[in-house]
Amino acid sequence: MVTSHYSPQAENKTIWVFLEQQDGVLEEVSLELLARGRELADQLGWTLEGLLLGQHVAGLAPHGIACGADRIWLAEHDLLEHFTIEAFTQVACQLLLQKRPSVFWLGATPNGRDLAGRLAVRLRTGLNADCTDLRIEPREGLLVCEVSGFGGGVLAMIEMRNHRPQMATVRPGVFALPHPDPSRVGEVISMEIDLDPAIIQTRVIERSVGAGLNLSRVPFLVTGGRGMEGDFKILEQLAQLFEGEVGATRPPVDEGHVGRERQVGQTGVVCSPKVALCCGISGAFHFVVGIEKASLVIAINSDPEAPIFEYADYCVVGDVHEVLPELIAVLSGQQVTYA
Amino acid sequence: MPELRQVVCMKVVPKPEEIRVDYETGLLKRASARSEINPPDMNALEMALSLKDFYGGRLEIISMGPPYFEPVLRAGLAMGADHLTLLSDAAFAGADTLATTYTLAQGIRKLGGADLIFCGEESSDGATGQVPPGLAEWLEVPQLTLLTALELDIECRVARGRREIKGGYEVLEVPLPCVVSVKTASNEPRFMDYRRQYWASEAERLKVWNAEDLSADPDCIGLTGSPTTVSGLAEAASRERRRQFLTGTPSELATQIAELLQKSL
Repeated sequence: MVTSHYSPQAENKTIWVFLEQQDGVLEEVSLELLARGRELADQLGWTLEGLLLGQHVAGLAPHGIACGADRIWLAEHDLLEHFTIEAFTQVACQLLLQKRPSVFWLGATPNGRDLAGRLAVRLRTGLNADCTDLRIEPREGLLVCEVSGFGGGVLAMIEMRNHRPQMATVRPGVFALPHPDPSRVGEVISMEIDLDPAIIQTRVIERSVGAGLNLSRVPFLVTGGRGMEGDFKILEQLAQLFEGEVGATRPPVDEGHVGRERQVGQTGVVCSPKVALCCGISGAFHFVVGIEKASLVIAINSDPEAPIFEYADYCVVGDVHEVLPELIAVLSGQQVTYA
Repeated sequence: MPELRQVVCMKVVPKPEEIRVDYETGLLKRASARSEINPPDMNALEMALSLKDFYGGRLEIISMGPPYFEPVLRAGLAMGADHLTLLSDAAFAGADTLATTYTLAQGIRKLGGADLIFCGEESSDGATGQVPPGLAEWLEVPQLTLLTALELDIECRVARGRREIKGGYEVLEVPLPCVVSVKTASNEPRFMDYRRQYWASEAERLKVWNAEDLSADPDCIGLTGSPTTVSGLAEAASRERRRQFLTGTPSELATQIAELLQKSL
């Protein structure tokens, strides 16, 4: 058996969350992990701790505490200004080995995934990626990770008995955001770190980041599938009527009708809208997991046997190309005129 | 200038749209699905092939899996790869990310390493994207992940890639050799060259290596080398929905939907 750098016997009963920050803002997914961590830490009597790395990021620590952390391990260094895999792996690894948490979670963001993948190999431990739920079994303190298997139809529970830390990543939107409590008390501990510039092989040449689209918390989500035959304009019109956003299944994204950041489902975004309107979508499992958290699902499909209707509150049997123009007309108080 | 050496890691997966779940048992009817090359790996292969078009050199496909992967992977040879190496051994079975990346790294070392090691962004069956950074760690080389474009400076031996991040992109530069993961759908994989098909089917295009060939540490492969274990399976309990059917003419349907939207939003 391959052995990890520290064993379950040497662990501390703490849950660590990687507090990912970009340009001075904590990522929502990190806060979501704090919220889930708080619940489990309270159940078990463990502590919840955040790992915060960057250049001038101490100002973010109080928000981590307000969102549930008991303690923030803070490492600030000029070489941590931008995320480079070498520097972040090195520092995170040092601190993990010093403090030996039982559990370590990261958001499944581009940088979070890269860091998790490196660290798991460096520490010779297990990593459960894209978990849909996280629990800790109270007797032995085993992290039980729920991941959805092939297409989302099957859930697997995965654990590691002999390796530490028990690592997992979770995509944005899976857990609810915490309600920050500014009066919560916690400690911030600034850590001395040893970072040799020579290990950093990655050079950041250029970086351009806008606000970005976050479908995970849009209240009205209008999604389209193959049945839209590429006509996403009409879905945009409809979305705008309620300040919503357009999402899509994989085929229209692959065909270039919609940007990949709008893909909903297992390999896309997990959304929790008030209303998800599904237009011309057959209802494959890997899409459906993306709208499962919707309060209300309305599906329009011309095939009454379409699997999407299994997952809908209202099943509209009709042709999207006929129903949607009528719907926009009704909502904007106009008559549809047929040429 | 020495020739450019590229390795592309590929996986064979069941076609997702053909996977059926047996609701009685909660298990997957894998036999009902045909196999294909993991679609994101085709984008990785295409990026490597386009560099080969320009710089020449040698391009090797490497894969870990059972012998039935072989005929599926030969499509990559027909697209333009030079050789295929399949890491196949019953002892590799049950590997999680740690054991998989170790085994692939051993295979790549035995091939003599490479300037560029390509992976797809993620696999369509696992969809975790953890292989590229793990592989880079075992090989002790830098990584460029989620790239939509890659250029090389062969003289200076550096790779420069455009990487997708939330709300934008960044351009990163690393020295060769490095691991590259390619953003899904960032290019249009070429069709097979039918004139290469016979050549691609020839026996000498393929090497099969087992654990002994790789001098693999038995503690690091397959189930033994995998820290994680599956402790249970369950059918995904999908949320109960009302499933109320609405019928009528398009305008009647539209009126009903409009009412629902106005009530709920």
